[in-house]
Amino acid sequence: MRSLSMCRSFFRFTAGVSLACLATAAPLRAADWPAFRGPSHSGHAADAVIPKEPKMSWSAKLPGRGLSSPIIVGDKVFVTAADGAGQEKLQVLCFQKRDGAPLWTRQLTATGRTMTHVKTCVAASTPCSDGRLVFALWSSNDLAAFDLDGNLVWLRGLTADYANVSNSLGMASSPVVVGKTLVVVIENDSESYSLGIDTATGRNVWKLERPRSANWTSPVPLPARDGAPEGVLLQSAKGVLAVEAATGKKLWEFGPSASSMSSSLVEGGVVYVPAAGITALALPAAGKEPATVWNARQVNPSTISPLLLKSRLFSVNNAGILTMAEAATGDVKWKLRLTGPFSGSPVGAGDRVALVSEKALVQIVDANAPEGAVLGQLQLPLNAQTKELTLCTPALSGGQLFVRTDSTLWCLTE
Amino acid sequence: MKATLLLSFLLLGTLPGLSGADVQEDIRRLTQVGPEGAGNEAASEAWKNVAGAGPGALALVLGQTGKTGAVADNWLRLAGNVIVDRALKSGGKLPLAELETFVRETANLDAARLLAFDLLAQADPAKAKALELTLTDDPVQALRRGAVAHLISAAAALEGEAAKKAYQDALRVVRDEDQTKAVAEALRKMGETVDLPKHFGFITRWDIIGPFDNTERKGFDAQFGPEKDRAMASKYEGKTGKVSWKQYESTDEYGKIDFNKPLTPLKDATAYAMASFESHEEREVELRLGCKNAWKVWVNGVLLFGRDEYHRGQRMDQYKLKCRMRQGANTILVKCCQNEQTESWTAEWEFQLRVCDSTGTALLSSSSLFDGLKPDSKPNR
Repeated sequence: MRSLSMCRSFFRFTAGVSLACLATAAPLRAADWPAFRGPSHSGHAADAVIPKEPKMSWSAKLPGRGLSSPIIVGDKVFVTAADGAGQEKLQVLCFQKRDGAPLWTRQLTATGRTMTHVKTCVAASTPCSDGRLVFALWSSNDLAAFDLDGNLVWLRGLTADYANVSNSLGMASSPVVVGKTLVVVIENDSESYSLGIDTATGRNVWKLERPRSANWTSPVPLPARDGAPEGVLLQSAKGVLAVEAATGKKLWEFGPSASSMSSSLVEGGVVYVPAAGITALALPAAGKEPATVWNARQVNPSTISPLLLKSRLFSVNNAGILTMAEAATGDVKWKLRLTGPFSGSPVGAGDRVALVSEKALVQIVDANAPEGAVLGQLQLPLNAQTKELTLCTPALSGGQLFVRTDSTLWCLTE
Repeated sequence: MKATLLLSFLLLGTLPGLSGADVQEDIRRLTQVGPEGAGNEAASEAWKNVAGAGPGALALVLGQTGKTGAVADNWLRLAGNVIVDRALKSGGKLPLAELETFVRETANLDAARLLAFDLLAQADPAKAKALELTLTDDPVQALRRGAVAHLISAAAALEGEAAKKAYQDALRVVRDEDQTKAVAEALRKMGETVDLPKHFGFITRWDIIGPFDNTERKGFDAQFGPEKDRAMASKYEGKTGKVSWKQYESTDEYGKIDFNKPLTPLKDATAYAMASFESHEEREVELRLGCKNAWKVWVNGVLLFGRDEYHRGQRMDQYKLKCRMRQGANTILVKCCQNEQTESWTAEWEFQLRVCDSTGTALLSSSSLFDGLKPDSKPNR
């Protein structure tokens, strides 16, 4: 038994070391799309190329429903899903990026409520990654961290912790990693919180009571600048609150209201808040409040999150009108009617914007054209029997464009 | 879990470098996770050992599942998930027969049986499917569902009396709303009567009182007469004057108690509904509630749960409230608040509540609050 004990001690030692390693932030790769709206959290990727006329490269069957975006880390694509009569089977699936070969599937059981509006589903929140771990959140408020090979690192059942955290329409906020903190928004009409969670252990670093109001927006990282520490922006119907990512301490706030569906973006020292159309705020120095740069009511992102691409701000409404405005002024330069309706947000790279309608029509827009122009389209097949829709925001990596429906993960290339 | 089964299942030779006792200790660590991530560090370390212990650890994983909580169960489930995954990829032998036996043994805990079934389905989908078709009367609803789906499909392929009998057989075991609806519709087309409120166990006869105030949505936290007065008076001071209990019986197929009918459509209002449930024995039950208004539920004066949410959606069995009924009369009190919204989709001020076991099988009260009462008499509490 002594040798067994030594062996066991060795396992414990190595496990401890690996856990300690996990606490060290791993650099994300240039081609990674590690969260909702990509590495910039603004919808664009610097190194990606959107295919002008997209064609199907590969597809992979998915076992459960989902409208969360795929994320890409290294040579892997990660997708969440929910299956079962009550969507109680929560899944994380990993595929090989180059050909869609399935690598692993993990399944847990929902510990919180799984009721949602029929259009959305339990796998609505896009997972995120720090380059070493993948963090998956479902509408049941189950939160799991896996390494890239599918080994469980930690678990939380946030409804087990906070019994009245839920939304009968479904939760949908996507978590985000800022430094060593995973920021999770579980705001709703009843027990309403935002949490800062240690990425290595899954334990709370901070917990903020938040407005008791349904909220589907996602937190957005704020870069450290002018003496202000690295932060995160928490948005709700009451406005936006900037807090220090490591501590949850308030940095500044802006009110009195903002969208509870369309999320803000931060780029070049400016925060673009979906409030009264879009309101641009200059990121303040430490201890200061933000100044309003401009407000544009005619740039209305509706329920969809805006995109910022090369000093141009794009928003699409549910009906399918894509609006381009100058990011510096909010002045609308053109509007382009696309084939909607849309639920997913636009993504961009170079001079192209990619959007996918609810009916799975992929549309590539030339952002440089004087009035905007559709460069290419691709109709993806939908499962008519289940009447599935495409509600996800696409993901970009290199020359690949990823889209998912309830039934299928698609990879499109030139 | 029976010791003999556990021993036959436990293949210590497949535990690489660890003894069964070591794995047991690691599994214990998985079950020690607590609120807000307490114990995660130790569990994370232990999980690797359990997941790496091979198929021989599955018996121990199953043996602890269902004993300490749903979050701990997921740690165990994911360990089992990975053990099977690795065995499949490496060509390792999995204890399929033992998993099947474990599922069939209904004395095992529900969560453990469900995990055993899912692991079997992961390892051998055809074997799991064949097993599932035999689980028509299973106490675990998620296991029963597949067998019932098969019964419904088989009935649909029949005609005449054979079809009717097949649907009647299905009605005996069906529990989920969607499947029950399909069976009921088929039987009604054949001229059969189906009592859905009875099938589900909805309480349809209540005493109702209101309105009390809910201006600025303060009624949810406010304690009005019916929830603070254990003796229950016949009249209380309401929002606009004295209010008294009224008998109300719902004819809705899904037991919806619509306060807009007895109290008229109101806003900023709170109402209560009370029913007596006569239980033959002291036992665990589930009160299953559907409600799109803010609500609270008490049983015998003890608050079970409440939720301050308005008009986000309602469905049958939206909330499952476990409680222990005593033998004899049990008082169920429901508080239901309507808010200030005026959109057409905010008109509903209602709830539906049924009493059942964990499978969803209806438990019917052996008497009613209304029994033996004159229409205008005060209910006997």
